[in-house]
Amino acid sequence: MKSKITSYFLPVCTGTKPKAVSVAACFFAAFFSLLSTSAFAQNGKTTAGSDNVLYAELAKAPHKAVARTNPLATDPDAIAAGRKLFGMHCAECHGETAEGGHGSKKGPSLRAQEVQEATPGTLFWVLTNGVVRRGMPVWSKLPDAQRWQLVAFVKSLGTGS
Amino acid sequence: MTANHSILRRMAYKASLASPFVVLLLIIVSIPAAAQESPYFVTYDHYLEEPGSLEVEYFSTFGTQRGGNDFHSYWAEFEYGATAWWTTELYLDGQTTFGESTLFTGFRWENRIRLLKGEHIINPVLYAEYEQISEADKIIKEVEGHDVEEDHAVPNADSSHGHNHELELKLLLSSTHNGWNFAINPLAVKNLTGGDPWEFGYAIGASRPLALKASANRCNFCRENFIAGIEMYGGLGDRYSFGLPETSHYLAPVVAWNLPSDWTIRLSPGFGLNDNSHRFLLRWGLSHEFPGFGGAIARMFGGH
Repeated sequence: MKSKITSYFLPVCTGTKPKAVSVAACFFAAFFSLLSTSAFAQNGKTTAGSDNVLYAELAKAPHKAVARTNPLATDPDAIAAGRKLFGMHCAECHGETAEGGHGSKKGPSLRAQEVQEATPGTLFWVLTNGVVRRGMPVWSKLPDAQRWQLVAFVKSLGTGS
Repeated sequence: MTANHSILRRMAYKASLASPFVVLLLIIVSIPAAAQESPYFVTYDHYLEEPGSLEVEYFSTFGTQRGGNDFHSYWAEFEYGATAWWTTELYLDGQTTFGESTLFTGFRWENRIRLLKGEHIINPVLYAEYEQISEADKIIKEVEGHDVEEDHAVPNADSSHGHNHELELKLLLSSTHNGWNFAINPLAVKNLTGGDPWEFGYAIGASRPLALKASANRCNFCRENFIAGIEMYGGLGDRYSFGLPETSHYLAPVVAWNLPSDWTIRLSPGFGLNDNSHRFLLRWGLSHEFPGFGGAIARMFGGH
């Protein structure tokens, strides 16, 4: 999938212009080529049934991760702190009520049965590793404790609205 | 009466100077949302911009200069998360050398691509940057080859005539464990205009939030909003004379204050480690993240 802009830069890239111009043109050609590829990938993300593909990621968690328990499960502040963190980092894609986002940044509902039935360890693993090829970033930049607080909040949601 | 007028005029003048800062401060502490940005100025960790988010950043460096005039360099960054594995960024550089002039010194276009899907013990990210900058550029975003303090002593009137097209490649290796982030960035630079050899450099950083658990309430001054660390960066010569001598090296404590309003404030005093280095570099920066920027642009053009 080659964009019009890529087509514009490619002849200059392979042409006999001064070296610096050629290199710059190659750089731009590669950039727009990547951008069009990424736009395609993002469009693919929002097709019907893509939520199921994302939920399927939960099944990929290794046994060791699945078995982990939330060390903050009994912390009385964990859910409130998780709610705050959710509003700051997750609501943009998953919606304010965690029922799923809309438009180009659609994240799946976290109230879905697949998520609510997943173990805390599984949710922690997905948060840590992301689903990078499908738009979910790696969240290991949040310390472990904050990711467990997020898990506590998500598990507290239940499947109701 | 005249004295009162004079006092009032002075107060009005002071208020006019202070009001933009007050407004900025109010904006910073009041808008809801949040960033979790690293405190580094030179080193990169493996975390990319969230997909569809735009981060607008302003950075400054004040540098002392032996054999020339001190300077204040600055740059703006527009960092966009194209996907969860690719971040692209545009830099606009400038500098003011005291007693000389103020210059726009060029632009840089940076791309970071995450190489592995999930989180690993060491996470590699490929970094490629194209630079079109004048020799008067002083932002010192990296040290490469045999970069030394003396390079920046050349008056703006002379250095602004030389222009470089450079390709810069870095391998960003980063790991986060128990709240600590450790990052190592080896770099290689090729000047595309001249016959200069490949030049090399490095940056190393370590940082940690002051608290690992988030507090239950929204707060500006909570310990978890502050990330402190240290970074070290310098040159490694070129392909004909590789090594630590005859180049400059810096050590700089760094701190970032991530506000719940999606603003981040960074500060870093840097110290030259040898005679080839600037004695002191004071860096500061302010950035703001616009989540959903990509979606807003898509909607503007009729997308979803």
